[in-house]
Amino acid sequence: MRDRITAQSRSTDHITDHITLQVTRYRPEIERETTMQTYEVPCPKDWVILDGLNYVKDRIDGTLSYRWSCRMGICGSCGMTVNGEPKLTCATFLSEYAPGPVRIEPLRHFPIVRDLVVEIGDFMRKLTSVKPWIIRDREREKPLSDGEYLQTPDEMHEYKQFSMCINCMLCYSACPIYGLEPSFIGPAAIALAQRYNLDTRDQGAEERLAVLSEHAGIWGCTFVGECTKVCPKNVDPAGAIQRYKLQAAVESLKSYFMPRGSR
Amino acid sequence: MIEPRIEHPAYTLHHPRWLRQHVSTYWWLSKPSYLAFILREISSVFVAWTIVYLLLAAGAVSQGAVAYADFLDWSSAPAVLTLNVISVGFLVFHAVTWFNLAPQAMVIHAGGRRVPGAVIAASNYAAWAIATALIAWLLLRRG
Amino acid sequence: MTRKDDAMARRSFEPILWILFSAGGVLSALLLPVLLFLFGLAFPLGWLTAPSHERLLVLLSHPLARIGGVILCLLSLFHWAHRFRYTLYDGLQIKHLHDTINTLCYGGAIAGSLWAAYVLWRIP
Repeated sequence: MRDRITAQSRSTDHITDHITLQVTRYRPEIERETTMQTYEVPCPKDWVILDGLNYVKDRIDGTLSYRWSCRMGICGSCGMTVNGEPKLTCATFLSEYAPGPVRIEPLRHFPIVRDLVVEIGDFMRKLTSVKPWIIRDREREKPLSDGEYLQTPDEMHEYKQFSMCINCMLCYSACPIYGLEPSFIGPAAIALAQRYNLDTRDQGAEERLAVLSEHAGIWGCTFVGECTKVCPKNVDPAGAIQRYKLQAAVESLKSYFMPRGSR
Repeated sequence: MIEPRIEHPAYTLHHPRWLRQHVSTYWWLSKPSYLAFILREISSVFVAWTIVYLLLAAGAVSQGAVAYADFLDWSSAPAVLTLNVISVGFLVFHAVTWFNLAPQAMVIHAGGRRVPGAVIAASNYAAWAIATALIAWLLLRRG
Repeated sequence: MTRKDDAMARRSFEPILWILFSAGGVLSALLLPVLLFLFGLAFPLGWLTAPSHERLLVLLSHPLARIGGVILCLLSLFHWAHRFRYTLYDGLQIKHLHDTINTLCYGGAIAGSLWAAYVLWRIP
């Protein structure tokens, strides 16, 4: 059985299929705008876009900057815009785009730091803002000696889908609302909030509601649905958001008509 | 340390200058799914027109048989007909997209299990068929 | 007033507007296509015989028809107002004109609903 790593480290000269990559470059020390650079890379059947970029970095142009890590679709680092669509470059086959050329740009809707690297601070802050941890009422904690909070498989299935997010930001790149209104909290953050809201062990729904009901929260979403389309892990953030809207609306109405003291 | 080649006078060494790309006013033309989304949203304009049109009809009924006949005449004018053809198209588009999205927006449990999305969509379409049949029967039966 | 009360006051309308939008979306999807098909195409073009004036009076004068009609109009117009407002924000990127847009959209919906109430009340 051929070792894939060994096969790749052998010379790729015998591969006659090549493909052109048109890659965005942005080097702030020498330019104000992005430019495009083309590279010709081999195109074996089993190569993904990331393999092509690594070939460029190893053999052609070491100055190309981009993020990647696990190369197997779980770390969420390698998201980029490929021929106009947000994709995980480790999970997209190069041969899909044959005969090419393939346009590789940084993930849309994020500021570009350098070449294909985008600034993700805004996304990280938004994730934290929804308090993505189990929140429990201090008075209702049971002592450690009483053991764990138990959950049936059905209860776990209620939120499992929303726990599969790998924070790859493809959904933010696809969402036109986030592109137009950068203060929008965004699909992944809301899906993450739902992961905890729907967890039977969590008691923090009201705290999260305060964040999500703000103007830049869920109400800006118009159910375009692109986020769900591009998600590589089938999290269905659009579904999470729509389900949450009804919940949040009912909660908000309750708080008008029933003052806090009587609830 | 390798000194970076700095040609741009406005750049300060080691200070990041992020490039923010603006979203074009025509972003909704850049992908078929974006265009479909905007058309779906625009269908709401035709919902509003339908209400206006039906209120004009009801108003004509209120004013008497002559007014009602005049309304039917006016409604057969080419401009009005064209507008209404387009409107019916958009109303159907609105209904179809709405019912198809319903399963994504609603999770219903029955007997301890999640109702499949297809069942939710089918129930919506069934309700649509029943409502349509009922209204048609009310308006079309004689006597 | 606490900061939380402040925040609640600022965001107070979105939930109820969304509920009206959703209800309007369902009602308009269920009822409007057949109504416009009949009154906008089939009757004017003579494909189907239009109901007589007397028949329509009988139908529309029923209290259920009056109330149902006002509800249908109100919810459908608020559905339009909410959706169109966001289409203007996102499609044309004129969110900075939000005061004007909100007044025209929701004001229009309120005006239309009042007109519907008037029309349906005036049916003899």
